[in-house]
Amino acid sequence: MTPDIDRNLKYSEAIAEAIDICMASDPSVYLIGLGVPDPKGIFGTTRGLQEKYGPLRVMDMPASENGVTGIVTGSALVGMRPIMTHQRIDFSLLALEQMVNQAAKWHYMFLGQSRVPFVIRMVVGRGWGQGPQHSQSLQALYAHIPGLKVVMPATPFDAKGLLISSVEDNNPVVFIEQRWLYDVEDAVPEGVYRVPLGEARLAREGSDISIIATSYMVLEALRAAEILSESGVSVEVVDVRTLRPLDRETIVNSVRRTRRVMVADTGWKTGGFSAEILATIAEEASDILKVRPRRLGMLDCPVPTTPALSKLCYPGAADLVMGVSEMLGVDPATLSVPEEVLNPPDVPHVNFVGPF
Amino acid sequence: MGRWSMNPELEKQLFYQMLRIRTVEEAIVTVYPEQEIRCPVHLCIGQEAIAAGACATLGKDDYVVGGHRSHGHFLAKGGSLRAMTAELYGRETGCCRGTGGSMYLVDLASGFLGATPIVASTIPIGVGSAFASLLRGEHRVSMIFFGEAAIEEGVFHESVNFAVLHKLPVVFVCENNLYSVYSPMSVRQPDAREVFEVAAGHGLESRQADGNDVVAVYHEVQDAVARARSGDGPTFLEFKTYRWLEHCGPNFDNDLGYRSQGEFQEWKKRCPVERHRRSLLERGVVGETELASLLKEIQQEVDEAFAFARSSPFPEARIPFEHIYAQ
Repeated sequence: MTPDIDRNLKYSEAIAEAIDICMASDPSVYLIGLGVPDPKGIFGTTRGLQEKYGPLRVMDMPASENGVTGIVTGSALVGMRPIMTHQRIDFSLLALEQMVNQAAKWHYMFLGQSRVPFVIRMVVGRGWGQGPQHSQSLQALYAHIPGLKVVMPATPFDAKGLLISSVEDNNPVVFIEQRWLYDVEDAVPEGVYRVPLGEARLAREGSDISIIATSYMVLEALRAAEILSESGVSVEVVDVRTLRPLDRETIVNSVRRTRRVMVADTGWKTGGFSAEILATIAEEASDILKVRPRRLGMLDCPVPTTPALSKLCYPGAADLVMGVSEMLGVDPATLSVPEEVLNPPDVPHVNFVGPF
Repeated sequence: MGRWSMNPELEKQLFYQMLRIRTVEEAIVTVYPEQEIRCPVHLCIGQEAIAAGACATLGKDDYVVGGHRSHGHFLAKGGSLRAMTAELYGRETGCCRGTGGSMYLVDLASGFLGATPIVASTIPIGVGSAFASLLRGEHRVSMIFFGEAAIEEGVFHESVNFAVLHKLPVVFVCENNLYSVYSPMSVRQPDAREVFEVAAGHGLESRQADGNDVVAVYHEVQDAVARARSGDGPTFLEFKTYRWLEHCGPNFDNDLGYRSQGEFQEWKKRCPVERHRRSLLERGVVGETELASLLKEIQQEVDEAFAFARSSPFPEARIPFEHIYAQ
């Protein structure tokens, strides 16, 4: 982050600003999604846009995720640059046919003649009893598909810069926002700037171990790194940012330097994106590892609604601290883990009161 | 037949388009056993009037999308015969340089946006192209071809609903050939219900006509195109027709028993190409000599296209990873 910016924005505001900038500068950009013009404006990310650009550029839609994804694809093929939103990534499953069979493939199948430049924003739910069908983190599904790009910004700075780059990208981009990031504040420059797709970010330099993290887990990794640093452990945190195309070079280079790796992903562990990262490391750097690699992901089950159980499903900073300590042979008794890290609430922050 | 009067030149043009499609499809039938066309082919023999009649109402700037059985739509919209033939042969000179084959045709210069084989999947894409026309204030029409099984897919209804909601310039052209592979209508859709009536429930102009009468097809589609272009919204047209050959491949398969030889013979008597030919001759619009020379001209073009395809190189043995993403 650039230190000389004096303006802080929330992640949700950064996204709204990126959309505004893209729409102001390119008439082919339009925004469509269930509830886009709603008073709550998709967690504040679309608030005010319909008033500014009118209902032909910022619009609601029928409950037809697959159909509208195809419609958005067709409009992109003939030159528009749509931004579609799913208020939960779980809803996007209805659109898998158009995403995977059509949008991801038209450019390649027709040998480069056709283009599908769209961005589909998807929100990962968590906490306040979201339950099994409103708290999935499905980036692994999309990252498996050639022809799609998959982006998961973890900071407001990256959210704005990556969204601008994604809208300008001539391919279908899946843009995944974890909802607990929306109120996170950060220095965000005014005006246009771009964060390139396909590049990971060194969120924190370190020398003892690399934590490779996606989305909200980057924040958990940074919290864990702070706690561990008090015991003299130097943790490097790599923010993956773009899952497809994956910046293998940055990830492998980090692991080559620290010689230890822990992966922290917001999705389920089995078959999750953590597997792709570990496979990459196994293929390209297993020879230099001092200790077996580890990964954290959601427990392999749909997340129950009651907070008594949902709290068991999400590994966080405390688990990272414990895991890294074990990998480094650090005595856990020397660590001081704050209570709110040991027992995090099931809401994004203490002021959150629901309903959703 | 004969309810509408028509410019003789246009009538001849329609015959030419149908005969051309028929000749191409029959050429594929002839060469297929040579096993050099190594992809599934879904031929439209028997259904040519719909492609020919419908596409004749469109201009170059109008959009068409199709499905697995779209050789006729592709050719009638002005797609390159050489590029299509070479694509069937998997050659570098094909419209997708071999990556697509028969079921994935494209010709952007003539407005054929694409055909892909998942049933109903290009319906929302066609609607999306019309949505773009609306957003940009253009007067293009988007025409979407599909079979009757496509209305069983949810995405059909999602697409029609959206098109009606936004009054989009779309013409939905449904070729009801009674069978989805071997499955008759009776196991797929309730009996006492017509396809076009289902569509009508969405609130758009919805009509049914004889798909083997090219003049009727032309006029129905022309009305629908005019409605679309003037901002009056989409139309659904159900054209009843019949597929002569098997669902996929160059053979007749009436001996399999899923449909009767008798039923096939009834439909064969209503061959769209033969009907129109007879009508033109009977009314003196053309003579036998002109018809013979037309056929010869078409045959020459088709022979040349196949020779071109056969003599074209295969693509280099290398996956074009650079085309996974657009730059």
